[in-house]
Amino acid sequence: MSEKKILLGNEAIARGAYEAGVKVSAAYPGTPSTEVSEALAKYDEVYAEWSPNEKVATEVAIGASIAGVRSMCAMKHVGLNVAADPLYTAAYTGVNGGMVLVVADDPGMYSSQNEQDTRMVARAAMVPVVEPSDSAEAKAFMKYAFELSETYDTPVILRSTTRLSHSQGLVELEERKVPEDVPYERNAAKFVMMPGNAIKRHLVVEARMKKMAEDAVSMPINRAEYRDLSVGFITCGIAYQYVREAMPDASVLKLGLVNPLPRKLIEEFAAKVDRLYIFEELEPVIEEQVKAWGISKAVGKEIFTVQGEYSANLLRERVLGQKMEFTPEKDVPARPPILCPGCPHRSVFTALKQLKIRAAGDIGCYTLGAVAPLGVIDTTICMGASISSLHGMEKAKGTDYIKNWVAVIGDSTFMHTGVNSLMNMVYNQAKGTVIILDNSTTGMTGHQDHAATGKTLKGEIVPAIDIPALCRAMGISRVREVNAFDQEALVNALREEVNADALSVIITQAPCALLKGLKFPDKCRPIPEKCKKCGACLKPGCPALTKNEDGTISIDETMCNGCGLCMQLCKFGAIEKIKAGE
Amino acid sequence: MDSKNIMIVGVGGQGTLLTSRILGKLAVGAEYDVKLSEVHGMAQRGGSVVTFVRYGEQVAEPIVEEGQADVLIAFEKLEALRYLHFLKKDGVVVVNDWRIDPITVVTGAASYPDGILERLKKERKTIVVEAMAEAKRLGTPKVFNVVVLGAAARHMTFSKELWLSVIEETVPPKTVELNKAAFEAGYQLSV
Ligand SMILES: Cc1ncc(C[n+]2csc(CCOP(=O)(O)OP(=O)(O)O)c2C)c(N)n1
Repeated sequence: MSEKKILLGNEAIARGAYEAGVKVSAAYPGTPSTEVSEALAKYDEVYAEWSPNEKVATEVAIGASIAGVRSMCAMKHVGLNVAADPLYTAAYTGVNGGMVLVVADDPGMYSSQNEQDTRMVARAAMVPVVEPSDSAEAKAFMKYAFELSETYDTPVILRSTTRLSHSQGLVELEERKVPEDVPYERNAAKFVMMPGNAIKRHLVVEARMKKMAEDAVSMPINRAEYRDLSVGFITCGIAYQYVREAMPDASVLKLGLVNPLPRKLIEEFAAKVDRLYIFEELEPVIEEQVKAWGISKAVGKEIFTVQGEYSANLLRERVLGQKMEFTPEKDVPARPPILCPGCPHRSVFTALKQLKIRAAGDIGCYTLGAVAPLGVIDTTICMGASISSLHGMEKAKGTDYIKNWVAVIGDSTFMHTGVNSLMNMVYNQAKGTVIILDNSTTGMTGHQDHAATGKTLKGEIVPAIDIPALCRAMGISRVREVNAFDQEALVNALREEVNADALSVIITQAPCALLKGLKFPDKCRPIPEKCKKCGACLKPGCPALTKNEDGTISIDETMCNGCGLCMQLCKFGAIEKIKAGE
Repeated sequence: MDSKNIMIVGVGGQGTLLTSRILGKLAVGAEYDVKLSEVHGMAQRGGSVVTFVRYGEQVAEPIVEEGQADVLIAFEKLEALRYLHFLKKDGVVVVNDWRIDPITVVTGAASYPDGILERLKKERKTIVVEAMAEAKRLGTPKVFNVVVLGAAARHMTFSKELWLSVIEETVPPKTVELNKAAFEAGYQLSV
């Protein structure tokens, strides 16, 4: 009766949560964690939401846990920074119903602004971490994480990585079992973290981690596999698979609980094998502890790396001494990601470029405005930082200095943390121009809804928060809404606002070209007879346009969706709009 | 059996994800252990994307590493060249004869190499598919990737019936016949 299905790591995590009886899930999207919540939302029995940011999501999960049900939140590694505040103190309070945070790291930075290691944050916050190594384990460990959470009265992190989250493997589906809700009883000493209580809870946290470290020796998710004893690996997560691939005969201590570590088990394993390697992606979290215990034969980052993903070939080269000579073909031009054809961001950046305005940028698809051929974004730090860093520049150098600067931020990022930064500008009497690129979705992570789109993760239609009204309600009088594809209106609005000596917000509006259900009735078509071969239309780098041998241009009809940017840039009327299919 | 290692490469938005899912279901249908690995996020916006599929008795890592691929399925020819060194010496590259200029070429920072198909042929067994033309003939360029799959099918171990039934259960119901025709076209091309 059991069914085997091929599931993405993230879908398997969601399945594990479902089978574990999770009732409440809250998250903010972020590659590579997004599909956990999207998969979970498909189960009718689970309440699942997009929250505006990870701090809110974590607090929603904490509330649900206090109310006595199993709850979870999910985020990418940098999301855990945003959620750090509730996390550190939730470690003190512990839980009522089990609570798990799914946190996905991104070794190799496929889609991230840094390469931080969640295990480091977890160690600092004194929160246990489990780490699966394939889809089947992802499901099983998720269920186990809830048991740990309740047994040890602590939030638990399930750590994933891009490779695990975005790989598929076979998973055996089981039934959902919902534990009884844990009754709520007022317990201020546990849940009201003011100094007098927190001092006592700190002791609880220390004792809990010590106890867990002792118990970890016999936890089934930590497993010593003894084979050839001349070489042994201590490893966890996806790295385990690389060891199995490259050196199937080697002994392996596979750690499922990566914080705290089972010291006795590790010492025992270390004593049995001749050569000992610690094979963990990113930071030497296991290695530093093992070496601190005096296990000096352990070899780790001396020969492996703290950067990027590991592989079986890395082991073949560094441990087996095999030559890895695979020479990539020469003269293969790079193919970095680009803004899609018909992307409204391209149009806004084209106007900025024309006016030679620099942008304090933010995180989203629009970060691609930093690279050629647009090159208008000068800074990208973290979500929300565009607005606050523009503010900092103005306070540092005065209003004139930022006359040729703006902040650009996406609608989802604005709702995430940008709104706080804008409040700060109002409060501290800042001047400057903030552009909110409203494409009606969280584009970068694959089109998730948010509080200003009018739809929930479950697909319900709800009142959308009105971004212009929100800005006005803060007391900003100069709030303008502009069609993102109207070059003339954009240029005029920008000219006026950067020179206005005031705080202004320009909301550029046009939906993401990839949004489902959008119809594009028009296409652009070149009129070669009128073309003067000036190349103005090519400058924004729309992938639908190519230059012909003779200097005129072609527009790929399968890619073009008639946004009209190239047409507006042509001074000679050499591009026309036609109805699609004509 | 040793695991069979397949790579699907292309440009973000060309449907590599759909294709790898079809391969995943095939492997399950044929009762193999299977793992596959995909690229989501940033690169899906017109960047170079690669998807790995591995099946066999038991599969450990979900990725195909350099020098390990049996079949390289390329939806764009520059991408075939980029990942050629992932192929085993006796591996096969199935390449769509289609060019998409990367932004580096559009802006003039780099040039699109000439003679890619010849370079591929010199290095490895190469099957060239005119998938775009074939798909247009069938009514829509959108199914070009299934045409390429059809051509690649001859170099994998699944029965044609299984291919057709998996395509049927994976693609949107309205497009089943079209996709089956696209598969057939590719299958015939690579005799
Ligand atoms: C703290 C944090 N959470 C999540 C992410 C992942 N992420 C990157 S950009 C982005 C939102 C993009 O949406 P939006 O601002 O609307 O811009 P768009 O991509 O649509 O242009 C998200 C969720 C992140 N980088 N940092």
